[in-house]
Amino acid sequence: MSNTSQITGAEAIIRCLLAEQVDLIYGYPGGAIMPVYDELYKFQDQLTHVLTRHEQGAAHAAQGYARVSGKVGVAIATSGPGATNLVTGIADAQIDSTPMVCITGQVASHLLGSDAFQETDIVGISTPVTKWNIQVTKAEDIPSVIAKAFYIARSGRPGPVLVDITKDAQFGLLDFDYKKCTGVRSYKAIPDTCPDSLKVAAAIINSAKKPMIVWGQGVILGEAEAAFAAFLEKTGIPAAWTILGVSAIATDHPQNVGMVGMHGNYAPNKLTNECDVLIAIGMRFDDRVTGNLNTYAKQARVVHFEIDPAEINKNVDCEVAVMGDVKHTLAAILPHLETKSYPEWFAQFKALDAIEKEKVIDNELFPNPEKGISMGEVIRNINEVTKGDAVVVTDVGQHQMMAIRYANFIRTKSNITSGGLGTMGFALPAAIGAKMGAPNREVIAVIGDGGYQMNIQELGTIFQNNTGVKIVVLNNEFLGMVRQWQELFFEHRYASTEMVNPDFVKIAEGYHIPAKKVTERSDLEASVKTMLATPGPYFLEVCVEKENNVFPMIPTGASVSDIRLS
Amino acid sequence: MGEKKEYFTISVYSENNIGLLNRISAIFLKRHVNLLSMTASKSEIDDVYRFIILVKVTETQVKKIVGQIEKQIEVIRAFYHTDSQTIYQETALFKIASDLLFEEPHIQNIIKKSGAIIVTVNKKFFVLSKTGTHMETEALYDALKPFGLLQFVRSGRIAVTKEAMNISEILANFKEE
Repeated sequence: MSNTSQITGAEAIIRCLLAEQVDLIYGYPGGAIMPVYDELYKFQDQLTHVLTRHEQGAAHAAQGYARVSGKVGVAIATSGPGATNLVTGIADAQIDSTPMVCITGQVASHLLGSDAFQETDIVGISTPVTKWNIQVTKAEDIPSVIAKAFYIARSGRPGPVLVDITKDAQFGLLDFDYKKCTGVRSYKAIPDTCPDSLKVAAAIINSAKKPMIVWGQGVILGEAEAAFAAFLEKTGIPAAWTILGVSAIATDHPQNVGMVGMHGNYAPNKLTNECDVLIAIGMRFDDRVTGNLNTYAKQARVVHFEIDPAEINKNVDCEVAVMGDVKHTLAAILPHLETKSYPEWFAQFKALDAIEKEKVIDNELFPNPEKGISMGEVIRNINEVTKGDAVVVTDVGQHQMMAIRYANFIRTKSNITSGGLGTMGFALPAAIGAKMGAPNREVIAVIGDGGYQMNIQELGTIFQNNTGVKIVVLNNEFLGMVRQWQELFFEHRYASTEMVNPDFVKIAEGYHIPAKKVTERSDLEASVKTMLATPGPYFLEVCVEKENNVFPMIPTGASVSDIRLS
Repeated sequence: MGEKKEYFTISVYSENNIGLLNRISAIFLKRHVNLLSMTASKSEIDDVYRFIILVKVTETQVKKIVGQIEKQIEVIRAFYHTDSQTIYQETALFKIASDLLFEEPHIQNIIKKSGAIIVTVNKKFFVLSKTGTHMETEALYDALKPFGLLQFVRSGRIAVTKEAMNISEILANFKEE
């Protein structure tokens, strides 16, 4: 029966990945995916497989790789626990629109539904957190399904796709013929741009006296940085970013007025409720951005540039939606826009910036010498060496807000963080992926002592691959952000937020990673320089003030204009 | 504020996909919206399936739900309509003891007036089928209930819209890209 030109499903999977120009994947082997690993062995000169120490690490590494490179990240795992361990990373990729393809092994099709060893309904489990998912039970379906998976993951608003492949489909034979997917009948990746919407939006923008832009990750995902810069230059409008939008333009761009949202800057948050036109570009009005929707920008005419129709009027009603890819729409609207400048309006931002600088920023970047090291001054020291030309990967919590508030960026795709899902444990594996996706760039993972211990096992991956990630743990011996909320909203009742930590330096050294612990301010600058001058991986622990808080802050349920400075 | 909740008929045109039902119902689950009924069948177009979902929500809610449904890869198009924009029907089956036909002659009048169809009759029981609006099947239920029903079941709503759906054009448009 068997035709000599036929190949196995497992080999077809590898050939599909190669056809999609994949040269690096992350994963962890196990029973139901072994045929694929056997093929990986044969193809190791064309396709590198990085063995993480946990499947969650594989998923986050694939995310880091995708976010820094703009390519699709790939993670593979076995059935059952291997598959379920990917789920946090998949959910993170879904909410932050990261293109990722996950391939999981599954028990043989005749065992499906029999509660077989390591059987789990991963298609059912992953349905709410994937852009698309599917189970394959026949070898001959593999090429078309994987082609579709890559197309869906990367097109339109990107997202994670999971392909679950039964073991018999991996062993089965097929005639291999790979055709890249260029469309799916029921799926419109990029909505049509209505020409009238461009004219209406332009008229609103041209008539504005106090316009403000809030841009998000859509600018980066759509590779629209140049179109966005041209839009800024012509319109002269102040522009603020969401956490995932940072680095699309340089930190010191004259129209960059800082971050919006819960721990964003004072001026853009306050003035959200004063602008007359709010131009949202590739952002989705997350609750951490808007605070209380009933008091959010009610005075403003809202123009929304967006690729996903489901985001229009979801949280904030807009007067006009400009649908489409922002790279296209920002360029297409340009001829309709007038060249303008808003010196008085900018002066309002400057005045509020000065207040924030005096009340918050100066104390954070240059703390009172009597006090312990602040997180902000660690970031300032990193900025001074990197000059903003590094990829900063952050975990979730106080250190994340500090790093993103204070890090300087001069290049796009330089901030990798878990935004929507807020996944502690994200940074260490994501930094591995980021370094491998941008090997010539400096990659610095800034992590809290809590999140670091959530995926600390990935030090093994860094050691085995000699991945040149610089790890900075800002250790306050607390789950700092939760502690801050307990201090502010739960009358200082520090329930289960104090951490008794191990000797992190010894742990790093156990993995043969050069390591240093800083407890004194006098030691900080030189230690940061040593870290960045050392080739390969490096671990730097900085013991910071234990009970510092992140400000400004918009308390949950409050209005953006009620942002607190203390 | 208090936007009024109304009945909305959601029509979903989709590819036939095993996982899609799960995806669609998850969208309702996530928002704690009860599905009053859900019916799946083939549609007027070959290889295109159609779900009819009945919900009672505000228009703001239904708009967002339909947006999320339409976002699913295998969904070709989703719409929502109010009752006045659709022609809708449900079917109810009533299983009744045959003795009652003789003991309670009034039942015969009820059946006649209701326009229900007798599906089957045997010595023990007979089965009535009534197709109509929810109110119509409900009225027949109320009328027959006092005599005793052996079984009662009602289908979900099926509906067609008064306006054209143009799914073939939408599909052609997808193909062109």
